[in-house]
Order: sequence, then structure tokens, then C-alpha cells
Amino acid sequence: MAVSGSTDTSAPVGGTALALDGITCMFAARAGARGGQEGRYTAVENATLSVAPGEFVSVVGPTGCGKSTLLNVAAGLLAPSAGRVAVFGAPLQGLNRRAGYMFQSDALMPWRSALANVTAGLEFRGTARDTAEAQARDWLARVGLAGFEHRYPHQLSGGMKKRVALAQMLILDPQILLMDEPFSALDVQTRQLMENELLELWSANRKSVLFITHDLEEAISLSDRVIVLSAGPATRPIGEFAIDLPRPRDVAEIRMMPRFVELHGSIWHAMKAEVLKGYAQSRQA
Amino acid sequence: MRKAGKPDSGARLAFYHALLLGALFALWYALTTPGLVSEEFAKNTAFFFGKPVQVLKVTWEWFAGGKIYPHLGVTLLETLLAFGVGSVLGLGVGLWLALSPTASALADPYIKAMNAMPRVILAPIFAVWFGLGITSKVALGVTLVFFIVFFNVYQGVKEVSPTVLANARMLGASRRQLLRYIYLPSATSWVFSSLHTSVGMAFVGAVVGEYLGSAKGVGYLILQAEGVFDINTVFAGILVLTAFALVLDVVVTKVEARLLVWRPKTAETEAL
Repeated sequence: MAVSGSTDTSAPVGGTALALDGITCMFAARAGARGGQEGRYTAVENATLSVAPGEFVSVVGPTGCGKSTLLNVAAGLLAPSAGRVAVFGAPLQGLNRRAGYMFQSDALMPWRSALANVTAGLEFRGTARDTAEAQARDWLARVGLAGFEHRYPHQLSGGMKKRVALAQMLILDPQILLMDEPFSALDVQTRQLMENELLELWSANRKSVLFITHDLEEAISLSDRVIVLSAGPATRPIGEFAIDLPRPRDVAEIRMMPRFVELHGSIWHAMKAEVLKGYAQSRQA
Repeated sequence: MRKAGKPDSGARLAFYHALLLGALFALWYALTTPGLVSEEFAKNTAFFFGKPVQVLKVTWEWFAGGKIYPHLGVTLLETLLAFGVGSVLGLGVGLWLALSPTASALADPYIKAMNAMPRVILAPIFAVWFGLGITSKVALGVTLVFFIVFFNVYQGVKEVSPTVLANARMLGASRRQLLRYIYLPSATSWVFSSLHTSVGMAFVGAVVGEYLGSAKGVGYLILQAEGVFDINTVFAGILVLTAFALVLDVVVTKVEARLLVWRPKTAETEAL
């Protein structure tokens, strides 16, 4: 099942939107950290992966394996100890200006209303207030939050906050979307709704997506390609799987398809050993 | 907050509050008037505690005759100035020190020392520096307000969620924009939540300053009355100050509710 390059068929004209090449991240070890030498903890070691323009790539791996570290490197929030990041062919310096980032935990400004949170990015760019607000209203409507413009984050449910965060990111029209387990805190039903909405928005305007999750089913139902990471420390990709399920997809229905079950079986087979390893480590710790 | 579940419990509570106040005044009256207690005892307690009827009479005359207004105005002005200047200074220095580790490390022992120092002792020095006008009272209030605001701003900046910060950076905020859109709102929210304390401190600074040497203000009235053992006037002054502090507190609560609409209240439900 492991493939390389064959997924480029779904992508427009060649090249890669995002390329991580031989990324290694070492941290100064905390007390009791495992797997380090000389007081260092290697979270990610020699990881190489790429996302083509318009491609939806998911990264799955056992908990605590350094998935978020990889995403922070791609965003430019974290400088890797070794390795290179290239964005549309150009080496990344500082923050990744062509990427939008959706965080796992709450990242909305609590003192700003939903509308003001969505306009924030445009304000930073110096867009006129009227234009920014009109666009933000449009985006809030697109994520199904028309009429909630003046609510503050604490007045919104978990799913609504995620929608605001989605609109906040998409209003800037980034070419690359980096998503760090964005729906992991939601209940199953809300989560499937959000996944479908994400797919709908994505297929309307295809961006390159790097989607981090620990949920294999989520990864398969959303992606063109799934990358499996090894258990930490020294995480690296150990397998790639092209997901050849037809689009448009409904994340709830697609799980019933025989092909889905088949893919799930083979990816799980590759992941299982790593998950068990990660579990054993977390029990020792 | 004060709104309780049952519709009548608010009114009932207010009634009990009034009843308690009435009972206290009645007790005060009974202990300072011959009748229930011996004449000797009443004379002594009246000397130390004043007579409620006299106290209320002095208060009434102050307000009816208009004598109190300029004094109250001066005290209010001192309070507001002390609060304003102290807040702005605390906000500025707090932001600066919280965002600059070097400056913070350098200033830390001095900030701690100045905060530990009993500030009231500075009042005579301020009187020498700034004279007996309102400036010396404002200066005393500022030294009290500054530290409350400073520590809250410092805390507010340190407690900015790293995720919110990273998100703003990813949305394209420059360093200057981070200060304006992230650090400042976070810090001011901490300042607003300490509004009761800092306004209270500004008021304390004003009154204590007046009491230690002044030509105007409610503190001055109390000082004058005390000089001639006019205990009734002293108590009238205390009464006026207390009522004034309560009014100030109500205003602050209103302002706070307006400024902190974005903050979650416990078990909030909204009417549709």
C-alpha cells in the first residue's frame, strides 16, 4: 500500500506546496524525559514529508509522538534543530506567511466577539474596517454562524468556537492549512458535522492541507493521503497510504464502504505496533 | 450577583438590611441617651461615640447648607486623579517590565521593596514636596494605586495564553500589533478586575492625605472637628465618607459590568 508520488495525479501543476526535509527536533530534556542522550529529548528525527498543492494529507500517530511539533515546524513557530522546510519551493524563514493554522485548543481572543475575531487577521493586514467586517460576516455565514456575530467566545459552544476559528483562518485565504487535531475536543456528532463542512469548504477552493489527528477514521475519511508516524521519541514517518475513496464524501457514510474498511485494516496494521509501543512507554513513565 | 432566584427575596433582603441599620442606630441612641442607661454612662459613651441624632443633624446641615459639596468635590477629584494617574503608570510600567525580561530582572528587588514600604509614611514628604493642595494627596493615592495595577498588568501579560498568542502571530500580527491587540486587552482585563481595590485605594490615599494636612476635603473636616473634640462632626464625616465609598463602589460595579461583557459569568443564561 505504501506509495510515493502516485498521489500527484490529484494535484494541479507539479511542485510541492509544503516540503519538510529531514526535520529533527531536539529539546532540552525535562526531568524524567525518556529516550534522550546527554540531557536531550529528540521529539522528531529525520522526518521527511510533503504536501502537493490542493492535496489533503493527514498525519496519524500514537499520542505524544510529536505530531504537533512537526506542525509547528511547518508553521514556522518552531525552528527545527536540523532539516529544511520549503514552502512552494522557497526555504521557510520565520513564520510561514502562506499558511493558516488551526489549533487544538482554544485560540480565539476571549475579549473579542466572533465577528471581531474573524476580522482580526484582516485588521493586522491593514484592511479597511468596513471591508473586513463585510468579509467576516460572509465567512461567519459560510461556516453556519450567521446571527452569532456579536457573541463572545464564552457564549459559544465548542463546535461554534471551532467554526469561528475556521472562518478566522480561511478569511485570509491561506494556500496551506495546518490543522492540529482541530476537532478532537468535540463530541462525535458535532465532529462529523464539522468534518463534512471542512470537506465542503475545502472542495470549493482546494488548499493544501496538513491535518494532524490521532483518529485513524477521521484521517481516512478526510484525506487524499495518510502518513503514519512512529511512536516517540525520535518520531518519523513509517508509512504512506493513498486514500482512493471517491469524492465528494460524507464522513459518516464513507465509514461503511468496504474500501474504507480495507484501508483502515491495512493502515491500522502498520500503526498497531507503534501504538502499542507508545502505550508501553506511557505506562513506564 | 445580587439578583437572587425568588422575585421577592431581593426586596425582603433590602428590608432586613434596613432593619439591621435601624437596630444599630437604636442601640447607639439607647446607649448614649439617659434613660435605659445611667446619666453618667450616657455622658461617657456620648463623649466617645457621639450622639446619633446630633450626627445626623450635622450631616443634614452639611448637605442642606451646601457646606459639604466643595469638600466632597475635592476628595472626589483627588480620588479620580490618583486612580487615573496610578492606573496609567501601572499599566505602562507593568507592560514594559512584563515584556522585557532584563528590565524586569533589574527592577524586581526595587519594586518589591517599594511595595513592602508602608506608603502612608510618604504623606508628610509629599506635603513638603507638593504643598498642602490636592497634588500631595494625589501623589499618595498614586503610590497606592500604582502597585495594585502594576502587579495585575504584570500578571495579565504573563498569563496570556500561548495558543492565543501563536494564533495572532499566525494571523499576521506584528510585534506592535501583538502589544495592542493581545497584551493590552489581556492586561486591561486584569486591571478592570482589580478596579474595586484600586479605586478604594485611591480613596484611602485621598482621605489619609487630607487628614494629615490639608485645607479642603472631607478628611480636613474630620481633622478640624477632632481638633476641638467635636465627636459628632467626626462621626458625621465618617458617615459621609462611608456613604460616598458605597456610591463609588456601585459606580465601579456598573463600569466593570460594561467593560467586561466578554468575560464568562458563572451559570449564565440568556433570555431569548
